[in-house]
Order: sequence, then C-alpha cells, then structure tokens
Amino acid sequence: MSWTLRPRGLRARLVVAFVLVTVAGATAAAWSSARSASTALVTSNQQRLTASTADQLAAITPELSYPPDQAALDRIRIAVGENTLVTFRGMQSADGAAGLVPGTLRTAVQEQRQMVAQRITAEGKPWLLIGTPIMTTAVNGSRTPSGIEVYSVRDLTAVEQEIDSLTRTAVATSALALLPAVFLALLAARSVLRPVRDLRDTARRLADGDLSARTAPQGADELAALTDTVNEMAASLQDSMVTMQRMQSDARRFAADVSHELRTPLSTLTAVVEVLAGTTAGMEPDARESAELAVTETERLVRLVEDLMEVSRFDAGTAGLRLEETNLADAVRDCLRARNWLDQVDLVAADNVVLRCDRRRLDVIVANLVGNAFRHGEPPVLVRISVTQEEAAVEVTDNGPGLSEMVLPHVFDRFYKADAARTRTPGSGLGLAIALENARLHSGDLTASNNAHGGARFTLLLPRGLEKL
Amino acid sequence: MPAILLIEDDPLVRRGLELALSRHGHDIRAAETGEDGLREFSSATPDLVVLDLMLPGIDGIQVCRRIREAGEVPVIILTARGDDFDVVEGLAAGADDYVIKPVQPTVLDARIRAVLRRSDSAPDGVRVHGELRIDTAALTVTVRDTPVPLTPTELRLLLTVSQSAGQVFSRQQLLEAVWEHDYLGDSRLVDNCVQRLRAKIEQDAAAPRYVQTVRGFGYRFGPL
Repeated sequence: MSWTLRPRGLRARLVVAFVLVTVAGATAAAWSSARSASTALVTSNQQRLTASTADQLAAITPELSYPPDQAALDRIRIAVGENTLVTFRGMQSADGAAGLVPGTLRTAVQEQRQMVAQRITAEGKPWLLIGTPIMTTAVNGSRTPSGIEVYSVRDLTAVEQEIDSLTRTAVATSALALLPAVFLALLAARSVLRPVRDLRDTARRLADGDLSARTAPQGADELAALTDTVNEMAASLQDSMVTMQRMQSDARRFAADVSHELRTPLSTLTAVVEVLAGTTAGMEPDARESAELAVTETERLVRLVEDLMEVSRFDAGTAGLRLEETNLADAVRDCLRARNWLDQVDLVAADNVVLRCDRRRLDVIVANLVGNAFRHGEPPVLVRISVTQEEAAVEVTDNGPGLSEMVLPHVFDRFYKADAARTRTPGSGLGLAIALENARLHSGDLTASNNAHGGARFTLLLPRGLEKL
Repeated sequence: MPAILLIEDDPLVRRGLELALSRHGHDIRAAETGEDGLREFSSATPDLVVLDLMLPGIDGIQVCRRIREAGEVPVIILTARGDDFDVVEGLAAGADDYVIKPVQPTVLDARIRAVLRRSDSAPDGVRVHGELRIDTAALTVTVRDTPVPLTPTELRLLLTVSQSAGQVFSRQQLLEAVWEHDYLGDSRLVDNCVQRLRAKIEQDAAAPRYVQTVRGFGYRFGPL
C-alpha cells in the first residue's frame, strides 16, 4: 500500500515538498521563539520573585534578635508573604502551600548556603520554590549561616498560562503558514510545470500528426533548451514529411493522370474492337483469333485502368458513397445473377436484412470475393449472410487449398499475386485492395482467413446503423 | 434509321464511335466542338444527341442546356466514372441518360434505343386525369387543353406510372421499365426526370398532384 501514499504527479510532488519545507520552517521558527520566550518569561519571573523575597528578608533581618523565638519566625514569615516556611533548627513557621517544600530543597539550601530556586508541579499547578539561608555578618565581614532558612512557595500558574498561549500562537502560526505555503507551492509548481505541459502538448500534437506544432521557448533555462531541441526535431520531421507527402502525391497524381490519359485511346479501342469482332465471319482463322484476342485484352485493359482510377480516387479521398436502403440478400442475389453465378454458388441468407449502403460498391465487393473464390479456390463456393444488432456479415468461403501463412498478410496488398500460375483468368491485381477500401468507405471491414477444414474465407462486415454520410 | 448527332472532341474516339454505331444501324453525324454541334443540331434536326461533357469552347453542360431549350430531342451524355459532379450537372441540364467512358458500343446502342423507344405497348386510347389528358395513340399530352411537349423519356415515365394509377413504383422498377437499365441503375435519373416532368405538367411542382413522391419507396400516380 506504500505506493498510494506517494504522490505520483510532478505537480503533487512539488507541492508536497514545498509545503513540507515551508511548514517545517514555520513550525521550527515559531517553536523556538516560543521556547526562548517562555524561558525568558520563567527566568524573569524567578528573578523578580527571588529579588523581592531577598528584599523582604533584608528589610526584616536587622530587627531580629538571635536566636529567634517562634514569634520571630512568624514575623519573618508574615513579612515574606503567603505560602512561606521559615525554619530554625527544630522550630518552624508555615502557612498555605508551604508543605510543598521538599526535603531535597532544604538539604540544597543548607549545603550551598545561598539562595536556591526549584520549580515543581504539585496539586496540578506549577510552583516556584525559593529557599534561602539568612546569613549573619561578623565584624570582620565574614558571613555565616544563622540557621534560619526561609522557603517561599510561589504559584506559577499565570506564567504557565502565558507560556501555553505562546505555544498556541506558535502552532497557529504554523497552521496559518500552511495556506500561503500551498498557494505559493501551486504558483511555483505552475511556473515550473507550464513549460513542461506546453512541451507535452506539443509532443502530443506532433504524435497526432500536426507537424506544425511548436512551443515558444521562455527564458534561458534547461527547459528552454529542451523546448528548442523539440522544435528543431519537429521542424526536421515536418520537412521530411512534406517531402515524402509531395513524392507520394506526385506518384498518386501520376497514376491518376496516366489512367486518365489511357482512357481516351481506350475509348477508341473499345469502340473499334467490337467492330472488328463483329466482322470475323469471313476471316482466316489466325486473323479471327487475333481479333478475339484484341477484344479480350482491350476489355482487360479497360478493367485495369478503371481499377487504377478507382484506387486513385480512394487515395485522393474523393471516392463518394451513395447510400440507399438495400436488402442485402437481394443485392447479393442480383450480383450473382448478373454474372450467371447463381447456380454455382450456395447462398445462405438471413431474410430481410435491410441496411443503408452503396449498391454499386457492394456489388463490386461481392463480385470480387466470389470471383476470387472461383478463380483461386474450388467449388462449392458458399455465400452466407448473417446479421447481429450492429452489423451485417457477408461471408464467402470456398473449398480450395486456402491461403498460406505467407500470403495471408499480403492478400489485400495492391498488385499482390500469390501464385500467378494458378490463376485461370487474370485479374487486375487491385480487386481485393479495392474491395477493402469499399468496405472501409462504409465504415465496415473486410478480413481474410482460412476455414478449419481448409479453403479461404473472406468476411465483409457492414455496420447497420449507417446514416447518410 | 435513327439520326444521331455525336459531339466529341477527340477525333479518334469520334471516328471509332461513328464506325461502331453505324454498324448498329444508326445514321451518325459528328461534330468536334460544342459550337459545331449546336450548328449541326439546328440544321440536321437529329433524333438523339450523344454528347461528350469535356469539350473545348462551350462545355457539354451548356450544349445540353441549349438543346433542351430548343426542344425535346433526347440527350445521352458521355462521362468518366467518378465524375459525379458531371453526372449531376448533366442530368440537371436535361440529359436523359448517361454512359461511362470507355463505353462498349453495344451498351451505348442499347441505351440509345431505350431512350428513343417512345412507348410500351400501351393500349391505344385517351386517359384523362383531372386536367391532364394523355393520348396513348397519338402520344400527346395536354394540360387544360394546352399541348405539353415531353421528351420520349418523360412521356414513357408518365405513361408507365399513369397506366396503374395509385400503384407505387420503386426507382429501381422505373429504371428497368423506362430506361431499361440493369439492377445497378442510377436512381438519380428517375428523380431528375420526375422533376422535369412535374415542371411541365403540374400546376405547382412543389405540391405535385399527378406524380407524387412516396417517401422511402418511390413514386405513384395520383390519387387526385
């Protein structure tokens, strides 16, 4: 679970670090000032109390007779004030909280022969105990203890309260520092993160294909240097993409232009070979065969040029869809009937599958798939139409050898011919590429695979909810 | 022998089509430009015009429009596949049908014959629908006793739908019945022809009484 405690974003990490440092600093400062303030307070109070006790004793000492009697002790006690204990040998005079004076203090006073102060906590209150021996001064100036000891017990509650309030102020100060710290941390994080975020946005736009994306470098720090590098990278990427796109579009335009130019002579050829073919009756056999070959090859050339033009239109993005309500089974049946394939194909169709599609393009796809099944596969050829909520599927399977693992990934490539020797009537080599483009134009798909028991299977998927595009 | 005016700028294509269509029994006159074609059109009065859309000078669309303004001679346009804009423009300019180049002469011949075929074997007689009077023998149409000139395609469309008033015809059915197209016919031909027909026979083409649209299905004659 430790990872959840660790902030993961750069921003969060910056903010947490900043806040920790700031609050720790503020706490330390407040705490130490509170400590020193309270120490000073205690010391000054202690000094004041000891001084006043000494003064009071000094005032009364000259009046004392030696050795003092109980009354004298009482007088001293009264002069010093409340909560005072005065002792002389076995005698003592005490009042109030004087009972708090511990034996240790008395021992200390007797041994040190000077004023001793001690702080204790008793009865839930802080106290200051001050013990002092009263000294007698001999004629030669030497001071000796008189044996009288005065202990004064002073309540330090007020001082303690003052210290408490100082501590509370320190805590409050630290807490107060938290808000501005977070605010400042966010501000700082933002100023650090903005260039990073700008860079990330730029990188993302570049990745999405917008090669004109750049980040304006700010300042002269490491991030600015990184920004410059990214911009340079984008510029060189854009340059090579522009070059590549120009070459590609040149190539495509060339293909389109060539096909277009071929169309005019093909129009003439198409017209005249028919005349030629219609006049073969009186011809020599080889002349007749030549005329027939001219007809066949002209037709093939026309198909090839048409396919090239169609591919050019897909490449240029100018291929349009003419969507119509279409009964899929009827459309497939029409396609097969028009090519006299109806008797050679097993058609298994779900009834009343109606969807919006371009009938001409659908016809092109189905004709290509079934044509391929005859050309490359073995009968029986099966066309199965099935349907789900979202899409309709047209599956064309044959009983041939199927597609080898080597062929399968390339089967939709342009001009890819798996096994030229096997083909009985050559196609343009563009049929499946065009069929796939047609499927995609419908937002559908076309896939190739093999049946479990051999034979190729092509599956056309068409979305059912296709509205007018 | 139908007289056909072929307007095509490429000399070899023009010659090739001339040769092939002549063998199909048409009397072909050929013109190289739109201007030549229009001149030929007014002097020779052909039965039908085969018109290439890509012409130098005034273009095929203009030529088609002028021919339509001059009368009811049917026009078949030659276009390249994928030039959908040309097809839409050409049909809007009043063309009856279109074929895609390169075209097999047999196909073009079939289209020419279909467009020229004036009527199905409709029983001779006069059908009166409100203010519309159709003489199926003389093949004339009048609205409020004013003769309405119709192209052969328009007339055939009107005869087809009015023969079974109230019956809904799909565009595909009409394409097969009127244009003799196969199952992949272009339904825009029907829509265009219906529009032109309405402009001629309906009082308010926006609220047609005779040739009504049945949304999602096709067209229907009446009910009045």
